[in-house]
Amino acid sequence: MKADPKNVFTGSHYIDGDVACAYGAVAAGCKYLAGYPITPSTEAAEAFAVKAPYVGAQFIQMEDELGSIASVLGASWAGKKAMTITSGPGFSLMMETIGLGAATETPFVIINIQRAGPSTGVPTSTGQADMMQAKWGSHGDYEIIALAPESPQESFELTFKAFNLAERYRVPVMVMSDECVGHMAEKVVIPNAQELEVEPRRYFTGSKKDYKPFKRDKDLVPWMARAGAGYKLYLTGLTHGEDGRPIFDVKTFEMKSKSLRGSTNRYLVDKIRHNRDKIIKFEEHQTDDAEVVVVSYGISARVAIKAVKEARESGIKVGTLRLVTVWPFPEKRIEELAHQVKGFVVPEINYGQVVYEVDRCSQGRANVILVPHGGAAVHDSDDILGAIKQAATDHNPYDRILEYTTALEREVFGENMVSKI
Amino acid sequence: MKALEAVEKQEEIPPTEHPMDDVLRMDRIPHIWCPGCGIGLAVTAFVNALEKMQVDLDKVCVVSGIGCTGRVAGYIKTDSFHTTHGRALPFATGLKLGNPDLKIVVFSGDGDIVSIGGNHFIHAARRNIDILVICVNNFIYAMTGGQVAPTTPRSAYTTTSPFGNFETPSNIPQLAESAGAVYVARWTSLHMRRLTQSIIEGFQKPGFSMVEVISPCAMYYSRINKLGLGIDMMKFYHDNSVIKHGEPTENLDIGFQSQIIVGKFVDRERPTFSELYKGWKKEVKTVKRES
Repeated sequence: MKADPKNVFTGSHYIDGDVACAYGAVAAGCKYLAGYPITPSTEAAEAFAVKAPYVGAQFIQMEDELGSIASVLGASWAGKKAMTITSGPGFSLMMETIGLGAATETPFVIINIQRAGPSTGVPTSTGQADMMQAKWGSHGDYEIIALAPESPQESFELTFKAFNLAERYRVPVMVMSDECVGHMAEKVVIPNAQELEVEPRRYFTGSKKDYKPFKRDKDLVPWMARAGAGYKLYLTGLTHGEDGRPIFDVKTFEMKSKSLRGSTNRYLVDKIRHNRDKIIKFEEHQTDDAEVVVVSYGISARVAIKAVKEARESGIKVGTLRLVTVWPFPEKRIEELAHQVKGFVVPEINYGQVVYEVDRCSQGRANVILVPHGGAAVHDSDDILGAIKQAATDHNPYDRILEYTTALEREVFGENMVSKI
Repeated sequence: MKALEAVEKQEEIPPTEHPMDDVLRMDRIPHIWCPGCGIGLAVTAFVNALEKMQVDLDKVCVVSGIGCTGRVAGYIKTDSFHTTHGRALPFATGLKLGNPDLKIVVFSGDGDIVSIGGNHFIHAARRNIDILVICVNNFIYAMTGGQVAPTTPRSAYTTTSPFGNFETPSNIPQLAESAGAVYVARWTSLHMRRLTQSIIEGFQKPGFSMVEVISPCAMYYSRINKLGLGIDMMKFYHDNSVIKHGEPTENLDIGFQSQIIVGKFVDRERPTFSELYKGWKKEVKTVKRES
């Protein structure tokens, strides 16, 4: 289905990443945004609130983030494409209901403009330390999809894509932007509506009696129904079978059958794992002959460009792999590259999160160097360059992830500080 | 419905039919509530109200939170949602704004509505969003085994107030009124006819309505406090509840085994969220045309 031209602000804009997220959501047909003000995400809610009355959408400022996310679930089941937008502390508050969204397989989008943490941290500065929380934050087993934009242009594109993925796989989708991308104003080109393919909600069309809210299609994704359409939906956060009825005994809890008595738990992870090849997206440059590959995402990928260019100029065969979908993680590709390269360099604005995934997938075949950063700023590209050089020249296999000592750390702690995770 | 007519005409009910077949998910019965519990009576009153109003059940949504009363959503054959603890009201807010044609009933307990969901309660009432809240108040956290609640009367024993509760409990009708609810009533689960009537009035009233149902918890509240069985609690309600319509809500505090004032306390008009939203939208569009 093509996007509705009324919702697409076609043309060239000079806007920041937050506003681009809001425009992406509107273009995708988002009709409901519930949010609570939190720096540095507020501009997105403001931009949506300005556009909402003219595109038939509704913005509501809820009393807190707990309320925001719960009302997004409600609006989604009422038939609206819905999202919320927040940052670190608000993201933490939303975790429980994200679990309800995963368990009831509700399509919705969360935009997290990450800031430096933990706790209140540095509200006005950047961070990338919510990446593991995005995947594991709510209790229990489930899988989500998380995307990481590197620019305002991509903030538009990935927010748009997030709605499509949410509808396609009936899953919460997170756009894990950061303060730097969120507050960076650049040219954003929004195409014509005819060029934007929107995934419509996959409504069940059979007889009302036959509808089961968690009955799987071939691709393991169940069909939706809308509240008020006479399907007599029953949704619960309790572990349930395909008709939505709670299930408590261990045997059926574990069961992965298509019968009524099997629980949906297994499918919550399987529907993403089985479809991961269709979901995963990443960008590679110069990896064909690479001895070192820089694996990064979001703003860190932008910073790494300079370091990679300088390393290539000095004769080091280095390539880049930029994660567009961070979750699910491109395990297969990292594993393939691990056979080829000497080492991976992972710059991220935290003390080690996605680097664990890179290390897990390289299975000891390649060295893994983390370029850490505590937040509140982006990396110095010289640190990434230093790590690339170390990865290219070090012939000893590491027994664990090596944490690169940045220039700032050397200055503060002295030359001999080499820590290992 | 046939069965309901049969009851009214005092005819014999066919054994295969139950008067509430049309409104309850009979495949989920037996329910999980203990003998002597009052939640079933609140559900009965609600089902009777729905049948009396002859509403289109396709357009009714029941949203519950967590706890004993949180399980109500699972037994009522409308679109029904069993959400996270305390978040029934914001979920209902999303449903209502997502589809304004729906009639939303939030059916939850005192812990869910007043304690963990207290903030949502205040703001849903402030917005005067068109939702009926049926709050079953049994003075205790029963699902988790009888812990002290924000509604537990002073000096009552619970498992986490083993020497008696010393905190002051919430007065739910007063909270609802001061936050902006347009309809506030309280009944005990003994007052079935009046409770049913209040549910009908609250359901039909545009805006935020709240009906508190004082209900016996025979398994925890009554056992720990040595108040007898469910039937003894009902006898207590019979002897100690006083109907005072229009009583100022500040007088509605409930002490341990004290008199319980019941009745309809608030029935007023305030513009609802939907009305204000519609008006605002028109204004915004005119502003755009002019500019």
